[in-house]
Amino acid sequence: MEIDKIFVAFFSLAGMGFTYWFFLMKKEDVVSVTDSTDITVEGGYIPSVISIPKRKTTKINFTRRDPSSCLEEVVLSDFKIRKFLPMNQKVTIEVTPQKTGEFPFSCGMNMFHGKIIVR
Amino acid sequence: MEQSNNSTISKITFPIKGIHCASCIRVLERSLKKVDGVSEAVVNLATGKASVLFDPEKVKNQDLESAVSNVGYKALINEQTKSEDDQKKEREKELKDLRNKVALSLFSGSLILWGSFPALMETAPLVLRNSLIQLFLAIPVQFWAGFEFYRATIPALKHRTANMDTLVAIGTTVAFGYSATVTIFPGILQNIGIEPSPYFDVSTIIIGLILLGRYFEAKAKAGTSEAIKKLIGLQAKTARVMQHTKEVDVPIEQVVIGNIIRVRPGEKIPVDGVIIEGESSIDESMITGESIPTDKAKGDTVIGATINKTGTFTYKATKVGSDTMLAQIIKLVEAAQGSKAPIQRLADLISSYFVPIVIMLAFVTFGVWYIFPAQPAFLFALLNTIAVLIIACPCAMGLATPTAIMVGTGKGAQQGILIKDAESLEIANKINTIIFDKTGTLTKGKPEVTDVIPSPSVIPAKAGIHNQKILKQVQDDILKLAASIEKGSEHSLAEAIVKKAEDEKLVLDKVEGFQAIAGHGVEGFVGKNQIFLGNRRLIEKEKIALASLEREISKLENEGKTVMILAANRKLAGLIAVADTVKDSAKDGVSKLQKRGIEVVMITGDNQKTASAIAQKLGIKRVLSEVLPDQKEAEVRKIQAEGKKVAMVGDGINDAPALAAADVGIAMGSGTDVAIEAADITLINKDLTSVASAIELSKKTMRTIKLNLFWAFGYNVLLIPVAMGVLYPFLGILLNPIFASVAMAASSISVVSNSLLLKRYKI
Repeated sequence: MEIDKIFVAFFSLAGMGFTYWFFLMKKEDVVSVTDSTDITVEGGYIPSVISIPKRKTTKINFTRRDPSSCLEEVVLSDFKIRKFLPMNQKVTIEVTPQKTGEFPFSCGMNMFHGKIIVR
Repeated sequence: MEQSNNSTISKITFPIKGIHCASCIRVLERSLKKVDGVSEAVVNLATGKASVLFDPEKVKNQDLESAVSNVGYKALINEQTKSEDDQKKEREKELKDLRNKVALSLFSGSLILWGSFPALMETAPLVLRNSLIQLFLAIPVQFWAGFEFYRATIPALKHRTANMDTLVAIGTTVAFGYSATVTIFPGILQNIGIEPSPYFDVSTIIIGLILLGRYFEAKAKAGTSEAIKKLIGLQAKTARVMQHTKEVDVPIEQVVIGNIIRVRPGEKIPVDGVIIEGESSIDESMITGESIPTDKAKGDTVIGATINKTGTFTYKATKVGSDTMLAQIIKLVEAAQGSKAPIQRLADLISSYFVPIVIMLAFVTFGVWYIFPAQPAFLFALLNTIAVLIIACPCAMGLATPTAIMVGTGKGAQQGILIKDAESLEIANKINTIIFDKTGTLTKGKPEVTDVIPSPSVIPAKAGIHNQKILKQVQDDILKLAASIEKGSEHSLAEAIVKKAEDEKLVLDKVEGFQAIAGHGVEGFVGKNQIFLGNRRLIEKEKIALASLEREISKLENEGKTVMILAANRKLAGLIAVADTVKDSAKDGVSKLQKRGIEVVMITGDNQKTASAIAQKLGIKRVLSEVLPDQKEAEVRKIQAEGKKVAMVGDGINDAPALAAADVGIAMGSGTDVAIEAADITLINKDLTSVASAIELSKKTMRTIKLNLFWAFGYNVLLIPVAMGVLYPFLGILLNPIFASVAMAASSISVVSNSLLLKRYKI
């Protein structure tokens, strides 16, 4: 095989490996919350994983800084909440979880994801 | 928020967050009144709003906000309206920007295509064939129109996430970057044996078409939440409240429980309440879906946001603010639209891995095509990689279920069918057995006089029983006597007889010596005539002959009716049969379900004879009679144990455990909190055909979701391999990246449009 083809084959394999590592092997930092927390919506949710107490109302303040239409809504389906997030405006969502576990949230198109861990 | 000015005094009404008890009111009012310049502050527990009179020169909104926040609450003085306005303005601005970007991209793209596409370029002016000119045309498209793809991609990559925009940004950047390189440095590629032909048409037209798709998608998506906007828009703005002898128009937020409100013909009823004077015909279609106006009079309840058609009436407000039926409906629909159907789980799982997998497939495509012997290898590899990145459409998968749920639940709400969540909607689609509670659901729940049969001895011999006029006269006489004597009784059967007499406009006689005989009936005197009205035991005890009507009594009893026997002056006068009558819509409602292959079961505490008579009338074959209220839940579970998917239909108040036990609990004819809480589906109107409509709505919504998911999955599963070029070795087919962008844009639009088609279904 010619050298350029070997190089391209290596480049493709490396690219795949990098993509897998970059997107699918990232570790999420869990932010522990007691009363309220701010989540910035910009290229995803920052922080994307929060831990909140059971049977206590926690305020989650979402502020969208990303104009992508994908992120204009946030959906917390386990809490039956779908909210429009106007740009640069704080939108507070209150949740009072009744059971422990992991409850994902996402954008309206289900492209960006976050997680609420109830402890 | 509402604000009015009166030279030196302003009035503002705004919602306060966190109010939950009467003590909150006192604390808030005290804090607001302490603000220098505030002359009056009233906080309403029911509406959760404050009305403040203040001097605008001394008091600013921030002062009021601080006064509220100082005591631990939050004043939403600007928030609500700002949010709604912002939402609208933002969307309008986005659409306008999109239109401009689409126009520029497609215009520039067309010019570039004209100057570069082999079959067309001969007809193009020389200037357009120049690669540098094409580069100048492509730059604003890539970095102005396509800026939003970068703006979404860069922060996403920073957080190691990716979405649709990432794919478009990478795909178009590769096309643009390659074309710019060959334009500026043609020698570099020539040296390694690659023909330096730019592909600015690909980068510009892809951006133009994807933005065009996004424009249509945004417009279509706005239609999916139309129902909830319409519901919110139903709310009246003001109410005409009676204050002493005057009528005063007040903002709806200031109406409190107990206010007396006057409504004139053609006006909207502002809040829920009970009529205290007057009568009218009311169009409740916007809330209950019932198209025929309902006649209402003193004592009847009225629903806020419905339209008064003919009469003028006054009523007492019983529910205001967030407690009104409309507010409850909006809350429920919003919650349902935020919920997730179980069917979406697979789409969720795939979505979370989709974009990285597509990027990996793009690497595979580039590698394989470069190594593959087809020539020119580099261009094949490049174009196919771009096609893979562009054709992948994760949005269609993300939109497939929620858009259909939004349209389906919204459509239901407009017809008086309130669905608690997406899961209930999905399960309702699988129901094959429906259990109806009898009393109050299939029947009216109130006994009514069904038959009045005179004794042959009281019909004048000359007239004969076939003379309808005489017969009616005799029946009225019997009813009049019976009603006169029953007037003093509190028994529910007595109530039915008195009501029938009132309906027939009969004038009742004065009764003396009234006496109720427990377990038997009543007796008394009308004039000099001694009257007995009661059951067989009473008549037999009084030794009055029954033989002449014995056959009629048996017949009526076999029909499940309660027979009252009337005797005057110790002679048999006639019979009055009373029964809980079936609702007008019951037969139709049951048969509609049976036609859909759903087994209908009736459950009741009545004895077997009465239950069977009603079931027979309605065509119900399976009857569960003599079931005590606390046993209903167990009966539901027994049917479930037979492997059936069971829906239970009841009033939602007395049947809560059975509704909860069923796979789908359906509460009928009520919008109360209790019913909504207990039921998966609440039918606001009393029309039994709505049960079939709810099932039909669920089936149609689920069909739409399945079609959407099939399309979204099928599209990606089929077209990504085509874009990778798997058909090329067999059929010589490759997908041009421009066609890939057309397919991608069409994919999301088709899913949203398919969901919108649900609006057209008649339920």
